[in-house]
Amino acid sequence: MKWQGRTIYRGKVAGEALVSHMGISFFGGVDPDTGIVVERGHELEGQSVSGKILVFPTGKGSTVGSYTLYRLKHAGKAPAAIVNAECETITAVGCIIAEIPCVDHVPIDLIQDHTQIIVDADAATIECDSA
Amino acid sequence: MYLTSEEHAILAGKHGKATQKAMEILVALGTIYGAERMIPVTSVQIAGVSYDNLGEAGLHFLTEMAAGGGRTRVLTTLNPAGMDVENWKALDIDPAFAEQQKRVIEAFAHMGVVTTCTCTPYLSGNTPHYGEHIAWAESSAVCYANAVIGARTNREGGPSALAAALTGRTPAYGYHLEENRKPGIRIDVQAQVTGNDRLGALGKAIGTKLEGEAGRRKGEKPIAYVTGVVQASVESLKSFCASIATYGGAAMFHMQGITPEAAQWTPAQWAPPTDTLIITQADVDAAHRSMNDTISGEVDFVSLGCPHLSIREIARIAELLEGKQVTKEFWITTARPTKQMADMMGYTATIEASGAKFATDTCCVVAPVKGRFKALATDSAKACYYARAKNKFRTVLKPFDDVVAEALK
Repeated sequence: MKWQGRTIYRGKVAGEALVSHMGISFFGGVDPDTGIVVERGHELEGQSVSGKILVFPTGKGSTVGSYTLYRLKHAGKAPAAIVNAECETITAVGCIIAEIPCVDHVPIDLIQDHTQIIVDADAATIECDSA
Repeated sequence: MYLTSEEHAILAGKHGKATQKAMEILVALGTIYGAERMIPVTSVQIAGVSYDNLGEAGLHFLTEMAAGGGRTRVLTTLNPAGMDVENWKALDIDPAFAEQQKRVIEAFAHMGVVTTCTCTPYLSGNTPHYGEHIAWAESSAVCYANAVIGARTNREGGPSALAAALTGRTPAYGYHLEENRKPGIRIDVQAQVTGNDRLGALGKAIGTKLEGEAGRRKGEKPIAYVTGVVQASVESLKSFCASIATYGGAAMFHMQGITPEAAQWTPAQWAPPTDTLIITQADVDAAHRSMNDTISGEVDFVSLGCPHLSIREIARIAELLEGKQVTKEFWITTARPTKQMADMMGYTATIEASGAKFATDTCCVVAPVKGRFKALATDSAKACYYARAKNKFRTVLKPFDDVVAEALK
């Protein structure tokens, strides 16, 4: 399957999808040194976003979350790319300053956890094996 | 989104790496919010200055932007830092923290930012006029600029405000557009409210109702048109703005007879009776009570200046403290230019002789005070929120003069 979305930040990368149906707050919700989701009760709690194609509906929480993405990048623990249903300011600014490819406006409900996907943010497309 | 040839050139990196990054941020925000073009801004206020909030990553980003040739194109000022830049030792700030905080301010200075660290830039030289397009962060100042001054700004975050400073632009969406400044709900205040603490309680009562309305209206938060407030000082308005922004996420409101754009929207023009909410004395009292969760005997930290104190407020503190000794840690938080006025007038000497401390450039919200105190006395509804949420303090909300009296008890 291939979908056309909208580019938030450029770049092309392939990797394993880590899918959340819940919003993500990077500040306070993700450990900036390890990339592990630490928000209590979050469906990804205990899992690492590091190197994954992180798929979630939209960001939430404090604007300081942009800097958390930047810190993850410098710690080598950032997601390889981010795919949103609807990107908001915190995630968008975080992706730009951390240079993480980001695409939104794609049907994320059709992306299954652990599948291989290709994010081509230059062309604003997402490709995946299944679905 | 339409970009001019100069904006395209910035985006292509022809004006350096930092300016390019700034334009990338603005284009992404413009894309997300459906802006058709960029508009020039003439003033910027940057948040995300305290090292307590920024951390190492934030400092690294700012250093990289400064090293990448970032240079402000318009008047730009800073939010409070995590310490008094000169007097940090007297406030028991950790020297390692002070070192990192200084590096943050140096990075901003390197980019040409005027490093007055204050949440009330409109009291110290960054004062836009009615209708002026600006890009401000700091939620209380955003609300003050939009509502009380009638300037036009969205609620920026740290990086987007910096991006506006380095390019002199912001995407044209939200509160920059006339149609988005229209009131959506009338709030009729049927209560007597005067003073910072009461206006703060009113801000909380209205803010809480706005959050409820947002739920009812599927996420869309209406702009409040407040009637029934007869008189308000600059000081009580800054308290109100801080509170309605903190508790209601509001970036804009109108207040009949007080804010400039209110005259364009008489309630008869737009407000059906169903879109009116009434705030009673009981509502204001309940909001006020909700910020008092301890007794004065427990108070070990007293602070005035959230938002930063005006010179008139400092004069009053000096009058109340003259010839007396405080018994508790008492922070007077204000902007450095205002402190310099206080120095000139002799207020500083009077206040410091009492044992109270100036915490210039900083405040009890952004300084690293967690764990140092148990209970805060303040006249600020906003300070109560952060004292509890961030620092786990209990709080006592009182009128201005009574807060000073609390420090003397």
